[in-house]
Amino acid sequence: MAIDETYLAQESSGDSPSEEESRVDRSKPPSVWRRFGLQIGIGAVGALIWLLFLISAPVVFLKPSIYLAFASTTPLFLIIALALTFVIITGEIDLSFPAVMALSMVSFTWVFQNGGFLGVAFLAAIVTGALAGAFNGYLVGKMGIPAVVITIGTSFLFRGLELAAMSGSGFPLTDPAMDPLRQVLVGRWFFGIPMQFIWVVILAILLWALLNRSRFGSHVFLIGDNATSAKLMGVNVMWTKVGVFMLVGAMAAFAGMIASFEVSYFWPTLGEGTLLNTIAAVFVGGTSPFGGAGSIFGTLIGGLIIGALNAGIVSAGINAFWTQAVFGFVIVASLIMQVVIQKRVRN
Amino acid sequence: MSDTAVVTPVIQLKNVSKTFGEVQSLKDIDFHINAGEIVGLLGDNGAGKSTLIKTIMGFHTPDPGGEIYFKGELLKDWSVHKARGIGIETVYQERALCDQQSIWRNMFMGRERRNKLGLLDVAGMRKEAARLMSDHMGFTSNAVHPENTVMTMSGGEKQGVAIARALYFHAEVVILDEPTMGLSLSETKKTLNFIRSIKEAGKSAIFIDHNIFHVYPVVDRIIILDRGMIAASLVKDEIPIENLMEGLQHLARTGSWSA
Repeated sequence: MAIDETYLAQESSGDSPSEEESRVDRSKPPSVWRRFGLQIGIGAVGALIWLLFLISAPVVFLKPSIYLAFASTTPLFLIIALALTFVIITGEIDLSFPAVMALSMVSFTWVFQNGGFLGVAFLAAIVTGALAGAFNGYLVGKMGIPAVVITIGTSFLFRGLELAAMSGSGFPLTDPAMDPLRQVLVGRWFFGIPMQFIWVVILAILLWALLNRSRFGSHVFLIGDNATSAKLMGVNVMWTKVGVFMLVGAMAAFAGMIASFEVSYFWPTLGEGTLLNTIAAVFVGGTSPFGGAGSIFGTLIGGLIIGALNAGIVSAGINAFWTQAVFGFVIVASLIMQVVIQKRVRN
Repeated sequence: MSDTAVVTPVIQLKNVSKTFGEVQSLKDIDFHINAGEIVGLLGDNGAGKSTLIKTIMGFHTPDPGGEIYFKGELLKDWSVHKARGIGIETVYQERALCDQQSIWRNMFMGRERRNKLGLLDVAGMRKEAARLMSDHMGFTSNAVHPENTVMTMSGGEKQGVAIARALYFHAEVVILDEPTMGLSLSETKKTLNFIRSIKEAGKSAIFIDHNIFHVYPVVDRIIILDRGMIAASLVKDEIPIENLMEGLQHLARTGSWSA
């Protein structure tokens, strides 16, 4: 195209407006530190916490059993946290996923009890989760209701529907016909590695590709950064938001099945207690509370830190009542750190 | 240039109105632009300039009854995506960039390139972005790596990104909404030269600005918007700039056009 050879071609060095802005050497890609500094920092904090535990309770932390226990419980919230990263990058939040975990298990038990194949029951749960997410996404993306408010509402709605459908009672998952799914979801692999941990790794890779190597993922970043700009450039903001909420819904369903099969029982209170861990994992992982920035790797490490704190505090002999306080401290500290970093980058 | 009615315009608006709640921002707009023509759109704040171009771009949907034609064809279910698909690109007043994202993500915003597997062609987009920056923005090769965020750029450079982006997709019509706002003198000069080059390449442009000294030298026709209506449609060669200025002042005082 010959249109604009003159554009900015002459005098391009003449009037760089601010000295401050040109301080950064932009001829190279931003340094590894600038691009992944946060992730490196998070990784270092994670390693430090592990070292502290190792020093304070070497008897516990030098044996594999603590790690296997850790690998079986952490995935319950970490799988959802990976998907929630997408929602938070778009600048939204979902508080209803604990209820979605339980609601999708209702579909699973219904389909299974009514003679459906195990695979169909599995799909029914995932679809239920995705639909619940789509409902959230529609209310947020299309109707424009603030996510923090509306997902509290849908949380009660989903939980209420589930309790009503189950009449408040649970459902045992001990039928031998369920064994294949049990093996796939929560079986034990080499040296007793829990399958759910393998799923975390697989899903982390898939979701990394979705976030960083797909158009959808691109739009997630753009919308979270500046929704108006994205809209002006033809990005479909509504559908992208529906998409991210559907993703959380589907992953909540998956995690709900893992949590239930791990204990071979579907408790009607399934999901309670996962809310804080999940959100903490995302923020500790460096995803921006303002939207537009975040990473799957960060959330993965963030989730491992939260999981380690869970397991470590008790094993290290610290009074278990301190767990919540430690969590609170970690979340608050990581959010403060992010705001400080953001401000420094902006100025 | 005045007998252009015979030619099929690139874009034609018939009877386009746009109402937001109780405010009617555009009233019965009839407007066209021909191939190789540069139309200046003048008007005070709130005259409806930005609404008009956002309607052309499919960002706003016109009120029922309004019709938009592209090369004689009536457009239905109009959207930004479709507008960009058939070759209308806009350099927005607000530049429509995402600050925290890399230059290449901004350049390909909304039209990301994919490889055969359906995955983003990141390497290809980076390379194209680097090429665009050296070819069109005058950065000597590798002066700015496309992985840097838009945050690190100056106002003029950001404008360069917005313009290079509009050009990359082989636009038939380039709409520029106050492109000189916040630019230094020399950056403004470059932008105006760029608008002239659009015409030389046989493409069309709509140029919106407050400053008639910027608009007048580069346009073929001038449309004056006032409170959502077209107050005057002028061929530049038929009106000297002094008369145009007097007319605009008169319009601002009395609300009616007389040149």
